[in-house]
Amino acid sequence: MKKAAIELKNITKTFGSVVANKNVNLTVNRGEILSILGENGSGKTTLMNMISGIYFPDEGQIFVDGEEVVIRSPKDAFDLKIGMIHQHFKLVDVFSAAENIILGLNEEGKYDIKKAEKSIKEIADKYSFEVEPAKKIHEMSVSEKQTVEIIKVLYRGADILILDEPTAVLTPQEAQKLFAVLRRMRDDGKAIIIITHKLHEVLSLSDRVAVLRKGEYIGTVETAKTNEAELTEMMVGKKISLNIERSEPENVEDRLIVNDLECISREGVKVLDDITFTARSGEILGIAGIAGSGQRELLEAIAGLQQVQFGEISYNNPKTKQVENLRNKTPMQIRELGVRLSFVPEDRLGMGLVGNMDIIDNMMLRSYRKGKSVFLERKAPKDLAQHIIEDLEVVTPGATTPVRRLSGGNVQKVLVGREIAASPTVLMAAYPVRGLDINSSYTIYNLLNEQKKKGVAVIFVGEDLDVLIELCDRIMVIGSGRITGIVDGRTATKEEIGLLMTKSSGGENNG
Amino acid sequence: MSFEMLIAFIQQSLRLSSTLLLGSTGEIITEKSGNLNLGTPGIMAGGAISGIVGAYFYTGAVETVNPLLGVLITLLCGLIGSLVVTLIYCFLTITLKTNQNVTGLALTTFGVGASNFIGSLINSKMGGTGIAAFPEIGKAYRASLPFAENLGWFGDIFLSYGFMTYLAIIIALVVAFVITKTRIGLNLRAVGENPATADAAGINVDKYKYVATCLGGMISGLGGLCYVMDFAAANWQNNILDQFGWLAVALVIFAVWRPNIAIIGSIIFGALYVIGPFLLGLSNKDQELIKILPYLVTIIVLVIISIRDKKENQPPASLGLSYFREER
Repeated sequence: MKKAAIELKNITKTFGSVVANKNVNLTVNRGEILSILGENGSGKTTLMNMISGIYFPDEGQIFVDGEEVVIRSPKDAFDLKIGMIHQHFKLVDVFSAAENIILGLNEEGKYDIKKAEKSIKEIADKYSFEVEPAKKIHEMSVSEKQTVEIIKVLYRGADILILDEPTAVLTPQEAQKLFAVLRRMRDDGKAIIIITHKLHEVLSLSDRVAVLRKGEYIGTVETAKTNEAELTEMMVGKKISLNIERSEPENVEDRLIVNDLECISREGVKVLDDITFTARSGEILGIAGIAGSGQRELLEAIAGLQQVQFGEISYNNPKTKQVENLRNKTPMQIRELGVRLSFVPEDRLGMGLVGNMDIIDNMMLRSYRKGKSVFLERKAPKDLAQHIIEDLEVVTPGATTPVRRLSGGNVQKVLVGREIAASPTVLMAAYPVRGLDINSSYTIYNLLNEQKKKGVAVIFVGEDLDVLIELCDRIMVIGSGRITGIVDGRTATKEEIGLLMTKSSGGENNG
Repeated sequence: MSFEMLIAFIQQSLRLSSTLLLGSTGEIITEKSGNLNLGTPGIMAGGAISGIVGAYFYTGAVETVNPLLGVLITLLCGLIGSLVVTLIYCFLTITLKTNQNVTGLALTTFGVGASNFIGSLINSKMGGTGIAAFPEIGKAYRASLPFAENLGWFGDIFLSYGFMTYLAIIIALVVAFVITKTRIGLNLRAVGENPATADAAGINVDKYKYVATCLGGMISGLGGLCYVMDFAAANWQNNILDQFGWLAVALVIFAVWRPNIAIIGSIIFGALYVIGPFLLGLSNKDQELIKILPYLVTIIVLVIISIRDKKENQPPASLGLSYFREER
């Protein structure tokens, strides 16, 4: 007989005028894994934050083991044995694993880190985790950090665990390991809630699935009795095709040739080594790898933002038929050579756009040098901004709204729109769909595909291997700053790429 | 430099160092909670002038001054005065989430200005001679152990100071211990490094920030009091404390946020500040030049920790940032 561990009744939460959750009803039982599925902005995380005491619901009731409870702070949640593993890890970088785990606890007796380290080891052994209690967080890989987070809630005696997008940063192999641990916990009688938007994970891991859409509760279904199409429809509210159209590359020409590239970071670490590849026009080249394996440095080296120690970067200019050397040129010099290079960096509001400036001004960042007079020429960028808002369906009060106020997907549309408007011959995009919902993601994929058809050499750094396999013509895998393989997107498998990602990376200490 | 001068130089350095040490120990506690309190010079001035006010009323009320009572009253006044000034900062930055830099700088301007005003007021009440002095209380602050004089150079160097010098070192050591070796210290550091994490771990972030900043402000205020009562022998002078306040803030960086290193740092800073007159033949302008050295040393330390880039030697990661829980 399964017992309800947590029951939510008519939970509503608003932030100002934005309704994040509206009349949500939800039950999770002991000894079960419940997935909460929904697009970005559907209120999954807000809902879970109310259970873990970060937010307080405006209306509604929460029951734990059949009794109504009031959770006003994370401490209240711990007392009810509820533990949340946040998507953005809540860990102090300069502390050791053990220090993070005992943080905020009022244990009996004197402060004894050695004793804590011992009990951490015991918990780790019970569920077969690998963890070094004395290791500092900033020296850890992403998956090690996640382990620390999970042990942290177990150490507090949690038997209701909430995981917010736990696999977003893991390799397929690491994710499988995590799932094994979660299943073991479920069999141990714990209630587990996992927030995700990856359908295949939902299907392989959970017992039941609850779906949220735009803050509203749509329903709960048994995993065994459903399929991807039904879940997607519940999630998005309409049938959508999950296939990315991939055309055959046409007029393929070598556009960007990188030869034997080597870069050393400011900290003196070799971040790229012996990188040789060619990006061709009319083709999408995917780059896969564990986060921080050198993807960022590679794109920045090509864009002229990263010092190159060794090797060559050359560009075949389709107009003049000349080969230009791009190595160690500034972005300005690259542009003056007539190289039309567009770059969508992963750090949208840090490197791509200025958050406090409006859409028009952000358009101008790329074009203001064209002006002749001392005053700014705002007509052309204004038209461009309007154009992008209409074509890409950017949801914004107007072109004069600071981009910081837009949601992640809309910020990305503005950035990609601007970069594409420069009619590039090489388009580099780093994690362009990170944090975007399904609809926005597919908009971006379609934009990349359009560029490919126009004969642009597209370089796409992605993290979702399913998407990389569907979208890219060739996939280059990087591990620890070296190319571990280049595979054909039409024939490659996820497992194959996953293995290449960890190959020759010398352990997993490069996160 | 003769032997006697050398001893006098060491004594002067150590006397001044307690002011700097208290000031920066207080600022270290504050910064560990993620609050960058640039109001420290104002708070030190506030603590000092409160002590002077206490001394003024106490000496005015009694016939003969009881030294112990005088010390206790002025200490209490100094603590309360600096607490009041710090509470302004806390309320603005923690409760109302105002910008910490602007609030701190405003508080310095306010604290220094207000203390100048009150100092001048007491001055005029005492006959307008240009001095507000309380020699009996100054003497009580500077009283050393009675047998210190009989121990030759050893006594001169180590035992010839008032109690504040030793108190400053004890406070610094206790604070260093609490920060690194206790649960409270761990929680405090977490608040300064990553308040969202601390919050999620069940730590009351605002409470920690309030308590740490108030306690820090009171310790800094003691530093101001220490200068005016001990170093200046209970003579009030306008506009003198803010420079020591800034030196204390610089010392925090020099000590890489560790009170035990601040003990040594404060002696070095104190020595650099007072060495001028001991180097015979230096002109006035050269002496002023030497007083800049602590800042130069601080810049060098900053450059070194930046180059070495060791995570453990960096300022608390959330230093200077307000924490909003329900921010989306």
